Amino acid sequence: MPAHPGEIPKPNTAWIWKTFWIITAITALEFLIAFVMPASTLRNSIFIILTIFKAFFIVAEFMHLKHETKGLIWTILIPMGLLIWLLVALITEGNAIHEAIF
Amino acid sequence: MSTISPTTQAISDSALDKPRTGTWDGGNEPFNASYGKLMMWFFLLSDAFTFAAFLTTYGLIRHRYQPYTGSPEAFEFSTAYWPIPEKVFNSFPGLHGVDLPLAFVALMTMILIFSSVTMVLAVEAGQRFDKKDVQKWLLWTILFGVVFVSCQAWEWSHFITGTDEGTLMNDGTRFFGANLAMNQYGPVLFADLFFFITGFHGTHVFSGICLLIYCFIATTNGTFEKRGHYEMVEKIGLYWHFVDLVWVFVFTFFYLV
Repeated sequence: MPAHPGEIPKPNTAWIWKTFWIITAITALEFLIAFVMPASTLRNSIFIILTIFKAFFIVAEFMHLKHETKGLIWTILIPMGLLIWLLVALITEGNAIHEAIF
Repeated sequence: MSTISPTTQAISDSALDKPRTGTWDGGNEPFNASYGKLMMWFFLLSDAFTFAAFLTTYGLIRHRYQPYTGSPEAFEFSTAYWPIPEKVFNSFPGLHGVDLPLAFVALMTMILIFSSVTMVLAVEAGQRFDKKDVQKWLLWTILFGVVFVSCQAWEWSHFITGTDEGTLMNDGTRFFGANLAMNQYGPVLFADLFFFITGFHGTHVFSGICLLIYCFIATTNGTFEKRGHYEMVEKIGLYWHFVDLVWVFVFTFFYLV
């Protein structure tokens, strides 16, 4: 319950808007890159890195994970890290199928 | 000195009735998070696996097909290669025939990110026990969520209806739009993956809206105030941010890459 019932503290929202502007700026940058840069592996890598940045801000700030205990942070992050292996493995598999067909 | 060890003595003092205080013996919460929040995190982790499976499948299937190697200006729809997204998703409601690559999906992305901001504002208001603010920000979040799902409905209907020209198929007929067995944009699996990935995400947004409406009603009735905390808003907030997070990945892997 609030410290003084009947009294509502002032909102503290500066950090929320700061996070919002960072995410918006990254999205705008992604669009800029989509139009000024021809498609290439480098461009895709930039997109993926920027996406991970955005994901970091959403999970760490909006979902508050940054301020949770270390145990909870690792419980969430380690299984997610394994997905990178899944992605690499299956894209390699896709390339292998492609080479077998074409 | 007593011959009885401290432990034995403790038990004889009926230690079993005393609350436990150790970190891992059930005495406190090692993660310092409530049961409900923890379970929401684990549910979201499992949901992340499902979406990761979808997006990884997209990666595999895309690499299995021929990439389009010509210039974007000369691009034409064909089942021979994987389409480039800026040529498939280039229309905007009310601007028929205007080539606006990725403009509509950019708008949808911003709407969803903004709904995430209003959701954090609702959570923040809940921590201050500001009932009016919680109601206000929940209503904004519901509004943006509904707008997002409506945008997706338009995107789907446009994708299903197709362009004016359609695509000349191998048998000489023209095919317009898309279904699960045939589409004018590229290989069959392109449309299938579009329907499954954006459809599964849209279903999540829809569930989120239902949860938010429940949350708004409960806030209005004073349920959370009586309970002494607005944790339900935080838990549903976690889910809502996750839906936004998934869209960030769908946006990159389906529309940009």
